[in-house]
Amino acid sequence: MRKLALNDEILLKIEKPARYIGGEVNSVMKDPKQVKVRFAMCFPDVYEIGMSHLGIQILYDLFNRYDDVWCERVYSPWVDLDGIMRKEKIPLFALESQDPVRDFDFLGITLQYEMCYTNILQVLDLSGIPLLAKDRTDREPIVIGGGPCTYNPEPIADFFDLFYIGEGETAYRQLMDVYLETKAAGEGREAFLLRAAREVPGIYVPSLYEVRYGEDGTIASFLPVKEGVPKTVRKEIVMDLDSVPYPQKPVVPYVKATQDRVVLEIQRGCIRGCRFCQAGQIYRPVREKGLETLKRYAVEMLKNTGYEEISLSSLSSSDYSHLEELVEFLMETCREQKVNISLPSLRIDAFSLDVMGKVQDVKKSSLTFAPEAGSQRLRNVINKGLTREDILHGAGLAFEGGWSRVKLYFMLGLPTETEEDIRGIAELSNDIAALYYETVPKEQRTGPVQIVSSTSFFIPKPFTPFQWAKMCTKEEFLEKAALTKRSIREQLNQKRIKYNWHEADVSVLEGVFARGDRRVAEVILKAYQKGCLYDAWGEYFKNDLWLETFEQCGVEIGFYTTRQRKEDEIFPWDFLDCGVNKSFLWREWERAQRGEVTPNCRAQCQGCGAARFKGGVCLEARKEHEE
Amino acid sequence: MRIRVKFAKYGALRFIGHLDVMRFFQKALRRAQIDVAYTGGFSPHQIMTFSAPLGLGMSSFGEYMDVEIHSHQGKEDFLNRLRAVCPEGIEILDAKALPAGTQNAMAGVAAASWEIGFSDPHKSFEKLKENLPGFLAQEEIFVTKEGKKGPRQVDIRPGIHECAIREGKLCILADAGSSGNIRPEEVTERFLSFCKEAMPDHPSAFTVLRRETWENAGTPEAPKFQPLDAMGEDF
Repeated sequence: MRKLALNDEILLKIEKPARYIGGEVNSVMKDPKQVKVRFAMCFPDVYEIGMSHLGIQILYDLFNRYDDVWCERVYSPWVDLDGIMRKEKIPLFALESQDPVRDFDFLGITLQYEMCYTNILQVLDLSGIPLLAKDRTDREPIVIGGGPCTYNPEPIADFFDLFYIGEGETAYRQLMDVYLETKAAGEGREAFLLRAAREVPGIYVPSLYEVRYGEDGTIASFLPVKEGVPKTVRKEIVMDLDSVPYPQKPVVPYVKATQDRVVLEIQRGCIRGCRFCQAGQIYRPVREKGLETLKRYAVEMLKNTGYEEISLSSLSSSDYSHLEELVEFLMETCREQKVNISLPSLRIDAFSLDVMGKVQDVKKSSLTFAPEAGSQRLRNVINKGLTREDILHGAGLAFEGGWSRVKLYFMLGLPTETEEDIRGIAELSNDIAALYYETVPKEQRTGPVQIVSSTSFFIPKPFTPFQWAKMCTKEEFLEKAALTKRSIREQLNQKRIKYNWHEADVSVLEGVFARGDRRVAEVILKAYQKGCLYDAWGEYFKNDLWLETFEQCGVEIGFYTTRQRKEDEIFPWDFLDCGVNKSFLWREWERAQRGEVTPNCRAQCQGCGAARFKGGVCLEARKEHEE
Repeated sequence: MRIRVKFAKYGALRFIGHLDVMRFFQKALRRAQIDVAYTGGFSPHQIMTFSAPLGLGMSSFGEYMDVEIHSHQGKEDFLNRLRAVCPEGIEILDAKALPAGTQNAMAGVAAASWEIGFSDPHKSFEKLKENLPGFLAQEEIFVTKEGKKGPRQVDIRPGIHECAIREGKLCILADAGSSGNIRPEEVTERFLSFCKEAMPDHPSAFTVLRRETWENAGTPEAPKFQPLDAMGEDF
């Protein structure tokens, strides 16, 4: 029988012990004596969140296909177990073998959002691994970071031995081989890191670069300190998504995970180019999976997991070329197998409403629009192609189809935003409510229309046209939220509109981490040592402690958030090459300020630079051009 | 037709809660490609019922689940399919077809037999054996139960049908289900108190195994207990 790292007394004392016992359906067991590489793959948040993440399932499946590698999973212990592990000195363990992470060859940590940064330190700390990479010896695992936050890894660079930039399917095997070679040659950590940086594409070893700052606090130079280490690290990318493995037997948790369904990834990247969106830039160019591949995956995955729901995953499913055929196939298959279909990120039009009307209970479900800004002017600034007419037309169709609940998502604090734009949020919400009463005759109404408008605060992200932009202060954010609320209350249909907004403190901190440099690491380390953890969880976020720590470290928040950057500023992330040129982003930033819309990749190539990868939508466009 | 599946739960899976066991079987039946019957509507779900929930940390060799199916290729095929998709810690012991009109697995539960031992290998119920006749000779054994209207005193003595000490373990057959549920730790606590022994303050001090779940084929006054799948037939 599998041994457990935690005894019965502890397991009966903590919340949801099933988070820590492993042994889930489709989890992979191997004989540790038969493998050469032990890889602990970590999502630094609680189990139910981490188990919902597709990226880890992809790499877990990929690594375990290698006979000489055993990849296991690790998640952040919840605060109750955290306390017990510290008190009783129980080292953090991987779920499958229940062995201490400290004894593994690699600890890979996926970085999906900035607010998990203190949880990284918790994982290292509980594992007994020195928090700073420079303090580690040959006895400890190599700590690797991956995922979207590595597109500015600098605020956490001190905690990692290396970062893998880009999609994981391409270079990990090479990285492991270099590791095995250096180990066989009796060489240590330093030798491995140097070889990895020199030989393996997509690898960034922070300790091999030196950053110098100018008098104004911005970066003066960012250069490798050893010969042969690349000045620029280019992201890794899979050009033919049908040729790489996809987890057809994903691990199925016992406890209900946030994402409790089969996830079918249909494409990577997005053609839209919304100027606030990082994913829309760093995953360029758009690459689709083949229709037949997806049909096969869907059938296999449903069979292997037993899930009662399947969901499509992509940044913008409506842009997938074979969406209609795929959805028709799924509806057929799912009807037979009594499986539900969930269709997120669909544009609301006649087709999607028809499909949704067939797969969900219209009366119970709501429609979602993400106009992101309240006025057409500001939507042009952010290059959100959605017009007022699109929204009202879609909502009108939906009301005719029987829906009466609409969710709207907006951002506050976007560049060039005025009070007029904010009032536009209230007016648009009101117009949609009014449209319901115009569209649906009284006798056909099932109940009052419900509009839920939510706003989040805009945070400029690296590798977007807004990376130069000034972010709002907390006070400005709160004023904007108050104005939104007031404006909604002034509307005729205000009783039908519910307004939600977020706390501003955490957005400010996220803004610092998003565009921070290496000097922010000290703040993260000290805040963690003072007790900051699970910052993404409102009830555990300790803003006062953070502010105090910034003060103590002499790190000024405004330098990272509210400062408008100049065109020629060297950003902390400029040494990375995500495929999109800085000159393109600057061009987009200028167009944004003029309120000029840029067509999407399929309509007209903008020469962003991603064509260098020679595939996806970039070739598609050219093919048509040649014809 | 309705199939009553008997299964065991042990090892690491003792820490999976009742709702998660239900969710587990919903998926397992799909993986096994068993022709399960579904309810209608927009979100159809499998027609299934479970016997009495098992407390977290306890093992069992007497768990039952009823599932409505449309078709099958015989009992062996049914068992093989289900066994092939179950992990270590959930073991399918048997499956029987239920005659029409049988009460469902939840409603049918009348009693459960339990084996309680000390987790500490140096401790045993053996030396407390001599107290057993006196314990059972009591006319009333009161425990405090938390009810909707606050705590109340309940006499559990009539619900204890057997109580013995075998191989160092306290073995109990006691009422279970909706008509008066007796928890094994209540009996253990009362017995230790009767023996003037201290009750450990943490449930992990004991190992608790549910050996079997029983239905009553007799009357409430003269019960005749039989395993929950006794009236089922091979198929």
